[in-house]
Amino acid sequence: MPQKKTPFSKNTKFAELLTDDRRLLQLLPRFGIGLGFGDRNVAQVCQMSRVNTNLFLMICEIYSNGNFRPGKEELRHIDLGDLLSYLKASHRYYLDERFPHIEEHLHNIIEACGQKYGPMLSHFYDEYKQEVMRHIQYYEEEVVFPYIEALLEGQRSGSYKIDEFEHNHTNIQDTLDDMMNILLKYLPGDILPKERIEISYDIMELSDDLNRHSLIEERILIPYVESLENVQP
Amino acid sequence: MRSRVIICEASEMIAIGLAEIIDGMAQFDVVSRLDNPEHLSEKIVASDANLLIINPALLGFHNKDFLSQLGKEHPQVIMIALVTSCLDHSMLTPYSGVIEINDTRSKIISKMNEFAQSETTKNTDDVELSKREADVLVAVAKGMMNKEIADQMNISIHTVISHRKNITRKTGIKSVSGLTVYALLNNLINEDELI
Repeated sequence: MPQKKTPFSKNTKFAELLTDDRRLLQLLPRFGIGLGFGDRNVAQVCQMSRVNTNLFLMICEIYSNGNFRPGKEELRHIDLGDLLSYLKASHRYYLDERFPHIEEHLHNIIEACGQKYGPMLSHFYDEYKQEVMRHIQYYEEEVVFPYIEALLEGQRSGSYKIDEFEHNHTNIQDTLDDMMNILLKYLPGDILPKERIEISYDIMELSDDLNRHSLIEERILIPYVESLENVQP
Repeated sequence: MRSRVIICEASEMIAIGLAEIIDGMAQFDVVSRLDNPEHLSEKIVASDANLLIINPALLGFHNKDFLSQLGKEHPQVIMIALVTSCLDHSMLTPYSGVIEINDTRSKIISKMNEFAQSETTKNTDDVELSKREADVLVAVAKGMMNKEIADQMNISIHTVISHRKNITRKTGIKSVSGLTVYALLNNLINEDELI
């Protein structure tokens, strides 16, 4: 992956950000940033969309430079509530858009596989989807995020601590990579090759995106919450 | 990809010196130093090593047996002899290369680069699962735990783990459910054998 020369700044032209790294395009809907931003710079566009500029830049940085790790001082300039909204919006994007899209293609492939391979492929995907739902919906959104929100309001719950956080995205990503290997390498070559190539692109992109998502949780969310846990009595 | 190196040498002075030279090279990480070969196999698994530099003097007369066993358990590992004393040359045949006590820094660096080359060929060479690996794969697909597989096949848990690593390296598949699909697609197992 080509490395960027200089970090993005508040004064970078917003459009330049997107041509520099096209993956940043997918961040716009998650932050609620609309198109038609003209020649404005990052700070102006963020302000218009009521997005915390520091947080936006930090997330862009993680997306385009996998080695980036914000320091304690930098973390103090972001807003945890905004970060949670961003993470939830990402979850919606995965669950409501990416997975259903992949699923739709996969269904065609499963049908074309017939009785011989169809059922096991379908079982593989169902099991995977349950794992994804369990982690994202039942764990992060129903246990972790409510805990953090309560912490923000100054309540301490005795039962949970952020250092118990399950780093389950690695598994989610691994199985996604497995799915791609099965589709490309191991299913008989004559079953819908065109559709399989197309869906592999989507899977690679999603896998990459999930990887950045867990980096954001590991390098921004968890250290931030840890510092909150330590400050309060 | 960076190579992960284990150095097995009784003299701390030699081991640290060699580790210093190797760590200075961008493509190598010295992940572990051992002063005896007792827990070598576990260490290879635990640190995911792919290059072993070992002093044959530590192995004594069991040299060949030990190395061929190690090679079977960890086919991905390249073995290099670290020769610090006068030695019968027949002892060196099982190794892919030799580093000698009076090699200069630049000589060691150029040798290490050569070893790294042979490693990439080694990795791409064997893509077929061995009989043992296929057996482990089937057991994994059936939902057995590592401990159960070890008991059933009469091998140690770390051998099971190293088979599993090789299976993943060869197939590119990491998850249990993915391996199950692989086993079915390759007719290693039937649908009705699964619980």
